[in-house]
Amino acid sequence: MAKNFTKTEMLADTATHYCPGCTHGIIHRLVAEVLEELGVMDRSIAVASVGCSVLSYDYFNCDGIESAHGRAPAVATGVKRMHPDKVVFTYQGDGDLASIGMAETVHVAARNENITIIFVNNAIYGMTGGQMAPTSLPGMVTTTTQDGKISMNESGPIKVSEMLSQIDGPAHISRVSVHDIKHMIKAKNAIKEAFKCQIEGRGFSMVEVLSTCPINWNKTAEESLHWLKDNMIPTFPLGAFKGGAK
Amino acid sequence: MKKLMKGNFAIAEAAIQAGCRGFFGYPITPQNELIEYMSVEMPKQDGGVFIQAESEVAAINMVFGASGAGARVMTSSSGPGLSLKQEGISFLAGAELPALIVNIMRAGPGLGGIQPAQADYFQATKGGGHGDYSLLVYAPASVQEAADLTQKAFDRADYYRMPTMILADAVIGQMMEPCEVKSMDTRSDFDKVWAVTGTKAEPGSKKEKRSIVKSLFLNPDELNDHNKKLQRKYQAVAKNEVMFEADSCEDADIVLVAYGTSARICKSAAKITRELGYKVGVFRPITVSPYPYSQLKEAASGCKEVIVVEMSAGQMLLDVKVAMEGSKPISFVGEMGGIMPSPSQVVEAIKKAGRE
Ligand SMILES: Cc1ncc(C[n+]2csc(CCOP(=O)(O)OP(=O)(O)O)c2C)c(N)n1
Ligand code: SF4
Repeated sequence: MAKNFTKTEMLADTATHYCPGCTHGIIHRLVAEVLEELGVMDRSIAVASVGCSVLSYDYFNCDGIESAHGRAPAVATGVKRMHPDKVVFTYQGDGDLASIGMAETVHVAARNENITIIFVNNAIYGMTGGQMAPTSLPGMVTTTTQDGKISMNESGPIKVSEMLSQIDGPAHISRVSVHDIKHMIKAKNAIKEAFKCQIEGRGFSMVEVLSTCPINWNKTAEESLHWLKDNMIPTFPLGAFKGGAK
Repeated sequence: MKKLMKGNFAIAEAAIQAGCRGFFGYPITPQNELIEYMSVEMPKQDGGVFIQAESEVAAINMVFGASGAGARVMTSSSGPGLSLKQEGISFLAGAELPALIVNIMRAGPGLGGIQPAQADYFQATKGGGHGDYSLLVYAPASVQEAADLTQKAFDRADYYRMPTMILADAVIGQMMEPCEVKSMDTRSDFDKVWAVTGTKAEPGSKKEKRSIVKSLFLNPDELNDHNKKLQRKYQAVAKNEVMFEADSCEDADIVLVAYGTSARICKSAAKITRELGYKVGVFRPITVSPYPYSQLKEAASGCKEVIVVEMSAGQMLLDVKVAMEGSKPISFVGEMGGIMPSPSQVVEAIKKAGRE
């Protein structure tokens, strides 16, 4: 029988620890495929964050380094400045990037640091058990907002992509989703464009990927995909805010 | 050739001469000259990186990244900034990354003040951040020594793969003294195969497998083993790296114990009282972590009383008590808030001890 699917070599031969139905795995694969297709597998450095993706350096088949919670952009800055010719990317959740690490996020963009951020927004703190995030939706029930009152962002969830696109320098900022095949293909294109920006030295790039957390959303995998589409996308509109895919 | 130099400049120039190629910092008095000097000189070095970070938190994490990438790097700060760096320092220790952290100590707690103090001793020598780790901490007492120890600190950091610290009070940072900064380029002496360099791993080559720099071990047995490995390293440091100066302690009735600027005050007081016929020695720890416990006990074995002098409420005092194991009476002279104990205060303490 003809082999019609091969796993990209950019993903290590190991099982991941992600929950069944979680879209972290899909996003890993898209990133890995892009790095392989761009021919930079052997010169990439992954910067992990603290969240469910804390072990991402075990999955991306390249050199990897951990970061303290929220500090991946600072760690990536240190790595990139020492190896400007390498492809350096962070992989961060929304609690990591938009709460504790917001200062690092804004300033890495303001410095127009030539790195790529893969920002996985699932509107919740996954790893610590489903607490409210700065991206949680109004009325969303989390383990720290059990009556659905989101106290962290009374004015509405923080829209990081829109916010960062106010900064002049960055080359690419976009928001994508992975809730169906069509959107996965678009997501992959955006991720490819972001890495191209880095490889061509055009400056900072970030792709915000809307993602599911079936476990903490208290939904099945399929319900989660629908919930993402029906609830997250209206709040977090998709598209390129800076430098769309070419 | 010796030049008249401010301590902060001497530390910065010594770092550059030691092959430091990354400086990440945030302004805070009284260390500002250091970051300013680096902003001018570091970009002139081949591959030299200077970043004024958005915070001390970001700065120490840039150090983490750049050190993890294999470079010889540093940060500097004071008081509140050092408090912010503690999580990052714990990560450096956990991931076994070399780096130099400079603390030009000001008075605390809180915003405190910008005058000299030695109140960050506990933070520097007893952990500061979370988890079981130690730093190799050097406490210079002159501008020349600050420059020399900066270079040594880089070398030892790479050798042991651990963060090291220069713990200097603001007098050392701000004062001008004749100093010769030596050239010491040892960048190639350490083979950092463990670093993340974004190069292909090849079985049979020097880089057998891809590099992963981390402090996370989810398996308790592995983490226990990792901690034991760190403790063995700290034991080797304690065995091999202790530095101290014992001045006229052999026949002393009274041994003064102090580090940094306080030690200079003690030397003045010792000189005054010796002329009055008192037998006074000065013991000065140069490494405060590891502490010269047995060396102090030995040096003070013949004395009648030990006097500890600090610009703090008495932090090193605890280590002196540990060292002396109750064998001698110990008294304390200290001021806080940016006030230095005066030589006459120490002279009084010596006279009082002499009467007893
Ligand atoms: C300084 C610090 N504070 C808190 C934590 C605990 N913590 C670990 S992961 C996490 C939240 C992660 O959520 P997110 O970034 O949204 O990623 P996800 O798990 O949802 O993928 C928190 C608060 C920590 N590790 N360090
Ligand atoms: S907790 Fe949520 S985000 Fe984390 S792996 Fe499970 S489903 Fe995914």
